[in-house]
Amino acid sequence: MKENSALERLYNGIAKENPTFVLMLGMCPTLAVTTSAINGLGMGLTTAVVLTLSNLIISLLRKVIPDKVRIPAFIVIIASFVTIVQLLLEGYLPDLNEALGVYIPLIVVNCIILGRAEAYAYTHGPVSSLFDGIGMGLGFTVALTCIGMVRELLGSGKLFGFSVMPDSFTPILIFVLAPGAFFVLAMLTAIQNFVKIRGEKQGKDMSKIGSGCSHDCLHCMDGSCADNQNEALFESAKEEEETEVKPETVRSREALKKQKKETPEKKQKRREEERQETEESMEFIDLDEEDE
Amino acid sequence: MDDLLKVSSNPHIRSKVNTMGIMFAVVLALLPAAGFGIYNFGIRALFIILVTVASTVLTEFLFGLYKKKQTIGDLSAVVTGLLLALNLPVSIPWWAAAMGGVFAILIVKCLFGGLGQNFMNPALAARCFLLISFPALMRNFTTDAYTGATPLAALKAGEDVDILHMVIGKTAGTIGETSLIAIVIGACILLLLGIIDLRIPGSYIVTFVVFLIFFGGHGINPAYLAAQLAGGGLMLGAFFMATDYVTRPITPKGQYLYGIVLGLLTGIFRVFGSNAEGVSYAIILGNLLVPLIEKITVPKAFGKGGGRYEK
Repeated sequence: MKENSALERLYNGIAKENPTFVLMLGMCPTLAVTTSAINGLGMGLTTAVVLTLSNLIISLLRKVIPDKVRIPAFIVIIASFVTIVQLLLEGYLPDLNEALGVYIPLIVVNCIILGRAEAYAYTHGPVSSLFDGIGMGLGFTVALTCIGMVRELLGSGKLFGFSVMPDSFTPILIFVLAPGAFFVLAMLTAIQNFVKIRGEKQGKDMSKIGSGCSHDCLHCMDGSCADNQNEALFESAKEEEETEVKPETVRSREALKKQKKETPEKKQKRREEERQETEESMEFIDLDEEDE
Repeated sequence: MDDLLKVSSNPHIRSKVNTMGIMFAVVLALLPAAGFGIYNFGIRALFIILVTVASTVLTEFLFGLYKKKQTIGDLSAVVTGLLLALNLPVSIPWWAAAMGGVFAILIVKCLFGGLGQNFMNPALAARCFLLISFPALMRNFTTDAYTGATPLAALKAGEDVDILHMVIGKTAGTIGETSLIAIVIGACILLLLGIIDLRIPGSYIVTFVVFLIFFGGHGINPAYLAAQLAGGGLMLGAFFMATDYVTRPITPKGQYLYGIVLGLLTGIFRVFGSNAEGVSYAIILGNLLVPLIEKITVPKAFGKGGGRYEK
């Protein structure tokens, strides 16, 4: 898939960099409102709408917004959309609005939205940003609905509000309470990691599916992680510096030896050659940087 | 060539104490309480004990099969199962008891790395899991023999309780907590074998009594204090669960501090909480504080301190 194409962005948001299971962003609404599948779906879709629209607008305005005040500008844009969505929910879906409560206004400070604005929309074009928003929003929706389904099934014996368990089933109340949210999230993330690790052991290329970040960047070798890519850049730059310095010193020692035997004419000739060489190597470095 | 000296790295002298021996002693010490529970509540108590022990041992066995490293032989799963059963009401459905056993071993112990790595007492964590999940089932203490509330609930409601019955154990409650005598016999076995010492139980109980004198609302009233000490899971918790090797602090000062924290928490939960009982929540909260307690009570290394060489 071509990078930053619409399809790639959708896949990236839903599977590869799923905001909940992989990036571990937006944990507060994830744990708080997923007491039922319907709540999870509602929260996910609400966030998706805000994310998509704010990504689009921020991407369109990215050349107008000054760098220093970009965060306040993002917040104003996001808050406007949240207000619109909240008024719509109040008008058309009062039940859902009631169930989600304070978590709707809190979408303003949801780190998925702010994160995508900062990490993607601010530096990419409107079309790919729009699809990035849709992909991330759907990924969030899928994750929240999954967690909500498990919690609702175990905690109240229902699925989307319909009773599915036999009458003899006693609801395990802990799953609709806060600790249950942590259990379910941890289990679903663990299952995802289990599948990934087993696939890797069998030699399949699982790099397309991200795993839960342990925040241990020191020992993490995950090349798809933005932090690691930055680090790789940093290290390659370092290496370049080193390789640049070493030949110089070696050359200067050789040059010193040569100098004793050299005639002035030869010396001038050699200097010109050296200058040409350094210019060429400088060009290489420039090219390298552009490639990165 | 047999008279060659055998050269090996230290340690050369090994203690005969091992995990299995300690766990076996704990099982032995729990038998009086379990036996009295069976006598008091009937054969169903034995059934519940067998169900929880079977579920914990089976869970550990299956996890061992998956990890290809069998740890079932150290008997720790048996201790967890037995402790959990002693913390359940006799009327609990068998599937809930089994679910508690699976939760204790799988979620609390094995997923965190097995025995020695669990940050919380598995049996108590499972009891709290069941308490939150099935509040009605876990608070149903009505049996053929007893229809009234537990002594602690009666005490909280301001009713009179019969202390002699509480000491012997002929009251409503969970399977293993009712008899003070049976628990103290078990505790004496552990103390005599040197498996536990009095640091944690002692500071726990003393702090709890002091807290009750100040905040219990009855002042120094021996009848009230004795009923609070004999009732509920305080003794079982103080001697068998707060002293769990894995989840207690290892520094001596830290153990006193840990006991004080548990006493305060239990007092707060019992006096100001909405429930009559608070030992299990106090101990698992105390478990979470253990790393902090150990951090502030690190003993001075030999050669450090003494004032003169401190900068």
